[in-house]
Formats: sequence, structure tokens, C-alpha cells
Amino acid sequence: MKQTVLESVHVALGARMVPFGGWAMPVQYTSILDEARAVRERAGLFDLGHMGRVSVTGRDAEAFLQRLQTNNPAAIPPGKIRYAMILDENGLTQDDILVYREPQTHGFFVVVNAGNTERDLGIMRSVARGFRDLRIDDLTGELAMIAIQGPAAERIARGVTDIDLLGIKYYSWARGRVLGVPGSMSRTGYTGEDGFEMYVPSEVAIPLWNRLMELGEHAGLVPCGLGSRDILRLEAGMPLYGHEIDETTTPLDAGLEFGVKFDHDFVGRAALERVRAAGGPPRKLVGMVTESRRVPRQGYDVVHDGRVVGRVCSGGASPTLGKNIATAYVPRELAEPGTNLGFAIKDKIEPATVTALPFYKRAR
Amino acid sequence: MRPTDRKYLKSHEWSKTEAGIATIGITDWAVSHLSDLVFLDLPAAGTKVKAGQPFGEIESVKAVSELYSPVTGEIVESNADLTDALDTLGTDPWKAGWMIKVRVQTESPDLMDAKTYEKHLESEG
Repeated sequence: MKQTVLESVHVALGARMVPFGGWAMPVQYTSILDEARAVRERAGLFDLGHMGRVSVTGRDAEAFLQRLQTNNPAAIPPGKIRYAMILDENGLTQDDILVYREPQTHGFFVVVNAGNTERDLGIMRSVARGFRDLRIDDLTGELAMIAIQGPAAERIARGVTDIDLLGIKYYSWARGRVLGVPGSMSRTGYTGEDGFEMYVPSEVAIPLWNRLMELGEHAGLVPCGLGSRDILRLEAGMPLYGHEIDETTTPLDAGLEFGVKFDHDFVGRAALERVRAAGGPPRKLVGMVTESRRVPRQGYDVVHDGRVVGRVCSGGASPTLGKNIATAYVPRELAEPGTNLGFAIKDKIEPATVTALPFYKRAR
Repeated sequence: MRPTDRKYLKSHEWSKTEAGIATIGITDWAVSHLSDLVFLDLPAAGTKVKAGQPFGEIESVKAVSELYSPVTGEIVESNADLTDALDTLGTDPWKAGWMIKVRVQTESPDLMDAKTYEKHLESEG
């Protein structure tokens, strides 16, 4: 099991550690629901040291990324970030990623899921064979990644950097000094709140974490584990690899077309075009809300009129809605909001209603 | 030290037998490790339970967990109020947080005294 550079901090804070994507990660420090509420109302601090971080540089970097993934890197302005997926030739999802275009140079920076990092690097190396001026560097070990999320995030983060945070719009990033050393910050996150993801040399991780906790004390900043991160991203309608998306789903099933640009030749494009030509995917990812106290969980059958029509991808107790929520794939004709469905726990069916995703959208 | 007037299972249920009736609940350790409780399902009076077998379910934000019976016998009373007041398990798992009362036929041979249970907790970390 790999440990992030913040392991000792988590232990000192009394975190409960769980395996995730090959890493020992904090699932909660206190209560999952309290941590999630803190992010919605104030701010939360997350160790994201498990995420894979890869730099892609060289003159062929852009052409390489056009082949590798679904978004069009040529259309990403410097300093901007785009959501994308890596597919196989059948259009099936190998990972979902963020592609950062360097603000000043011609390079890119790619953030991938912990559990897929090794496979992604393998795919990258194989796609890279067709390109000559290209460097792929796995920076996961040398860079720490910390996120601060919530309405108070910007105010707190200003205290650790000379980067003009007001100048960084949503899905943009900048390089500068973080705690006095070269680092970068992006206005991104996986919670549905405003906030930043920070990349710094590993040796700065602990001082940066501690400084942010100090600066955020009055604002009510709390450390947050993967448990709260999961419910926050579910409320915000963001997919999690291994739940909403995996090697059996296409971006079209999952409603992730915004991350796919058909104006370049990426692996899997032909397969997606075939699905589109055939009238679209037969199933759709939907949100479900239930009045039941039972929490719908991954793998539970979804039923309609006594018939199993799908399976729960993710489920959780939403502190923001005060209800239990879930995502599931269902046949297209059952995807309309308001459709009555149920989820099965052992031999009992709990009622649920299809609802539009996301469950939660912050007021801007 | 947890109450010494009762016995414990490794799976964190406690059982206190008085005049042939076992009162059964879960320990503070279980409550704190489950955290964020959302649902509790208890069987009604008249239901037979078996030592070491599940008698109910408790669900937290994280997961669904089975509740294991420390004794074999028949349920004489079930704490119906508790299912709508799960906070009670956090504030008073030893008294108000009781779950079922069972007329005891036999007790599980795996029941431990408080001291042995404390040692077990140390090994669980």
C-alpha cells in the first residue's frame, strides 16, 4: 500500500485510513456528513496525493494528446483545463482525466485517477510510439496535491501564494510561488464548490497543509476524507471511475459528451460515431432520489414495474438535500425525471424517483 | 473500561442477563466506528434469535452492518423507539440504546468479559 507524504498528518489527526486505488487514504477524520457540510458552508482540506500526475511535453505533445484522449488539446487556450476521457478502440472508458495546458510553455499536465495511473501510463507509452519529440514524465511521486474547497477556500488560499487567485477563472490554472517555492494552483475540484487544487513539491506538503489549517481556523476549515469527497461529488453529479464509468461504459452512456470533441482523431472516435449513427446509446445515466432511510448502494438492482432495469452505480446520504441519492443506468425510456423506480435491498423494494443531474448546483 | 456488569462479542455487541432475560445492544466502539448512522432494523417480539447469527441490521453512511446475537432464545421486547432516535446510540449505548431483550436458552460461548473485550479492541486498533 502506498502512502502519501501527508500520512503522518492524517494519523496525528486521528483519521480512519482505508485502501483506495492502491493508496492508504483518510476516509474520514470525524463524521463524513459533518465534513461534507463544512465544504458546502465553509471550507474543507483534502489530501489528493493518490491522484496520478503526468507532464506531457515536447513539440509533439499536442498531437499526442489529440490521439490519446477525447477533448481537443489544440482548442485549449494556455492556462485552461479541460475534462476528457481515455477510451479504447471500442469507445469504452479507460479513465477520465483533466488536461491542463501550460500557461507559458507548450506543454501539458494531465491528472488521472489513482487506481488507473499505471494503466494510463501504459496506454500513453503505447500511443507515444508514433511521436518523436515527446516526453512523458510521471510526477506523482515528486509533487504533492492538496485541494481546498468551499466558499471560504479562496480567502484562505490567498495566504499561501503570490498567484493572483482572483485572476484564475473556473477550470483555469497558474504557476507561481506557493509557500515560497514554485508550485501551481487550479480553480478546479470534485465537490461542486468553488476552490483550488494545489501542486507543490512533496517536501512542502506538510508545511502547506499546516499553514492552510492555521489560516483557515477562523473560517471553519476542516480536514476532509474520501467519504465526504464521494458524497460531495455525487451531489454535484460528477462521475467516479469504477462507479458511473468504467471499461463497460462510453461517454455517450454517461452523458459526458461535453468532454468529447469529434473534431480530431482520438482512439475510440469511430466507435462513438457508430453509436451516434445508430440513434444513440440504449441506456442513460440518471439520478435517483428516495424518501427511504435506506441508502442505495453500488450494485443494488434498480427495478421498474417489478422488473430489474438497471443497477445502482453510486449512492449516498446527501447532507445537502437531506435525502438519500443515487446514480444508475436505466433504459432510455425510463430516464425522464419523475419516473418512478425502486431499488432492491435483499427482498425489499424501496421507492425512488428519477431526477435531473446534478442533484446540487451552487449559486454563482 | 466498559461496564463490567455485562459480556461482549468480538463483533461489538454487549449482553447483560438478569433473571433469564438478556438485554442486548452495541458498544460505544461500534457506534463510533460505524459513525453517521442512518437506519436500524430490529426484529419484533416473538422472533427467535440464535447465538452468533444476525438478528438485525444497522446502516451508516458508509455501509450496512449485521447485528449478531450473543444468545439463543426468543425476543420478548424490541426497542422500537430507538429506530427513530439513532442519536441515542451515540449518547447512551449502554442503557437507553438497548436493542432487544431475549429470554435466554443458551449464551454464546464466545462472550467475553469487559477486560478481555478491551484487549480485543486494542488488537483492532
